[in-house]
Amino acid sequence: MQQTDTIFRTTCLLCASLVGLLMLGIFIQLGMHSADTWSRFGLSFLWTQDWDPAADLYGAWPNIAGTLLTTAIALLIAIPLSFVAALFVTEAPGWLAKPLSHCIDLLAAIPSVIYGMWGLFVLVPLLQEHVQPFLVDELRLTELPGGTWLLGEGYSGFGFFTAGIILSLMILPYMSAIMRDVFRMTPPMLRESAYGLGCTRWETTRDVIMRYGIRGLLGGIFIGMGRALGETMAVLFVIGNMMDLPAGLFSSGTTIAATLACNFAEADGLQLSALFALGLILLLMSFSIQVAAQYYLHLTRGARGER
Amino acid sequence: MTPTSLNTQAPFRPLFWRKTQDVLLGLFSLISIIIAVGGMGWILWTVLSHGAHVIDWQFLTAPSKPYGEIGAGIANALLGTLAITGAATLISVPPAIAAGIYLAEFGKQSRLANVLRFSANVMMGLPSIIVGLFVYVIIVIPTGNFSGFAGTVALAVIMFPVMMRTTEDMLAMVPDTLRESALALGMSRCRATLSIVARAARNGLVTGVLLSLARVSGETAPLLFTAMFADTWPTGYFTKPTANLPVLISEYTMNSPFEEMHAAGWGAALVIAGLILALNIATRCIFRDRKH
Amino acid sequence: MNNQRIKISARNLNFYYGDHQALFENNLEIPANSITAVIGPSGCGKSTHLRIYNRIFELYRNQRATGEVLLDGKNILDPDVDLLKLRRRVGMIFQKPTPFPMSIFDNVAYPLRLHYNLSRSEIADRVEQALQGASIWDEVKDKLKSSGLALSGGQQQRLCIARALAAEPEVLLMDEPTSAIDPVATLKIEELVLELKSRFTIVIVTHNMQQASRISDFTSFFYKGQIIETGPTAQIFTAPANKKTEEYITGRFG
Repeated sequence: MQQTDTIFRTTCLLCASLVGLLMLGIFIQLGMHSADTWSRFGLSFLWTQDWDPAADLYGAWPNIAGTLLTTAIALLIAIPLSFVAALFVTEAPGWLAKPLSHCIDLLAAIPSVIYGMWGLFVLVPLLQEHVQPFLVDELRLTELPGGTWLLGEGYSGFGFFTAGIILSLMILPYMSAIMRDVFRMTPPMLRESAYGLGCTRWETTRDVIMRYGIRGLLGGIFIGMGRALGETMAVLFVIGNMMDLPAGLFSSGTTIAATLACNFAEADGLQLSALFALGLILLLMSFSIQVAAQYYLHLTRGARGER
Repeated sequence: MTPTSLNTQAPFRPLFWRKTQDVLLGLFSLISIIIAVGGMGWILWTVLSHGAHVIDWQFLTAPSKPYGEIGAGIANALLGTLAITGAATLISVPPAIAAGIYLAEFGKQSRLANVLRFSANVMMGLPSIIVGLFVYVIIVIPTGNFSGFAGTVALAVIMFPVMMRTTEDMLAMVPDTLRESALALGMSRCRATLSIVARAARNGLVTGVLLSLARVSGETAPLLFTAMFADTWPTGYFTKPTANLPVLISEYTMNSPFEEMHAAGWGAALVIAGLILALNIATRCIFRDRKH
Repeated sequence: MNNQRIKISARNLNFYYGDHQALFENNLEIPANSITAVIGPSGCGKSTHLRIYNRIFELYRNQRATGEVLLDGKNILDPDVDLLKLRRRVGMIFQKPTPFPMSIFDNVAYPLRLHYNLSRSEIADRVEQALQGASIWDEVKDKLKSSGLALSGGQQQRLCIARALAAEPEVLLMDEPTSAIDPVATLKIEELVLELKSRFTIVIVTHNMQQASRISDFTSFFYKGQIIETGPTAQIFTAPANKKTEEYITGRFG
């Protein structure tokens, strides 16, 4: 009996260690396969712009910039939306809150490739035929200072802004689920004492609930950020896939994940190594964001009822 | 103490702006809910309206064919997806449950368990395309070819930390008294744990498995350079590129200029979205007493 | 009692949690500038009754009250009543201290900034007065910038009282304010409550009968959602008219 217990325990331990091994393995493998790139270009790979397979010259900057820009757009849209959506779900009566919660959860269940298709066949034409002409011709935003950078010349419908919109819709359910938990963890008495002083709902939320749950909210934002950073398919369909630096909100470009998906199958030699280097950069970015997210969520875990 | 000056009335802030802000917040949250729910409705409606008329018996039973040949369908991709995701579940769930048992029953607050729990949490958030790269390196390069099996491994790697954490959470919900009474009856730790697991499994674990299965069956990025795609039946699961729905969708819609292929892509999207949503909804309805 | 002005007057008050009725036809008059203690066994509805006075129960969808609560002769349960104004006039202290996650100064300045247009120096003056009013100024004057959460339980509760005072209320509702606080700190708060009586009308819910007899002028005994007996504290504790009241104060149940 003692022996079965030991075997059982060891088996469980080994299985659990798998997750650590996998993690280490991913770092090591990506590091090894990108070694050529790092020895050839050094750290300047990070801020070089060329991507020229013919001359075997590679630089990651357009990818990094595109990844950061799409993520930033997605967060700018999704943070306020998911915040108030979570608020709505927390305050709504039970019969409404439950189905709404489920709807938002289902939004997270839709495969990203379908988001991509929807973007390509619905959102891109909509932006190209209606939104962009409206912004440029009706509102004449291009005549404002910086307007041309914002809107670019001509309208294709593809680009960073389109990708950002789709990403924001994709990360919204993840962020609002966490924010919902954060709102629910506020001690009722604290909430009541804010209302008891004569606060409105907004004042209570802004001054008390938000301050109280700020770490959980940050954790939720980082989770959404991590998702947006590494999302591949939804971005791939609408980003335009040009190895260019962002020339504006509506310009075409690429992200690390989209470049990987686009070029990986045909690449070999140094280009393949450069793609692994891109993968390593993406891994490091999302790893540090996940660590931040887990750190903040860990601080609030007890309060959110997760033991 | 000088209470007198406290009683002099200070000028009030007008209530109008404070209340307006509150109303605006209400409006804004209503709008964001409409965007979230409307966005989901819009996407599903698009898939349904474009895909419904494509689906017929032949579409579901015939294999995919190169552009131009008549009588094409998606059956090989459907079968491939079932094989790849089914095998991924089989590979990843047993060790993931054992790993979850370690975190919940043996490790608890030990430093190693904390590190592993943290790794699992972090890994759940890593981009799936990175997992694709990793599996390309460890399976595709050594075996020399793309294969359905490589796709399976990629999905299994994605499922593993999810199932591990789900198991831990579900076990944590089983009351300690149950553990103690099982041990008090003289059961070994192994049997006691397994009986607790069995109890937890009835709801939580099955839900967890089904939901993570639903989640990975739509994953495309990790399959792009592991399983890839082929217009054949998935006979070469271990040796050849294997057809699957997500990659079929992306090939047909993004990399093809032809209307017919777009239509087939929508049909395939409807099939996969229908499967995933049905799995999600059914799981949530049947196992209602979950935490959330 | 007759010569004192009535500040709050509850009339035929009923209260429901969903379908469950928790209060039955409560009638209670609370004289101005006095301390009224509400006692009774747990679950008797004393907190529920108190929570009607500032309509805080309305945060919860399935709770509702019928009847009237007259504050200076105006029914506060009237839908026309402005909740923000009402809650400024009727402050509340809870079972546990609820300092906001901000500095000590900001905690007390919060209601000032919320309700009033005041300059910085006026706010600072009033914060100091409120902290003095809550007898905590000497303990915190050197660390106004540090977090309110860093104080001890008793200090936190006095900070919450200071915060309530800063809004310049007329009535203070105290819902078992010392139940989570050690005996020494409890005595300090009791002294404070006695001092505050001259400026505010205080209603205090307590499960501690010694506390009620020590500080209150009037006492009301609740049992199963009904008000069994109300009267001057001395009379309730020495010569209760009702047998239930007598059993409770002599400790035979509750």
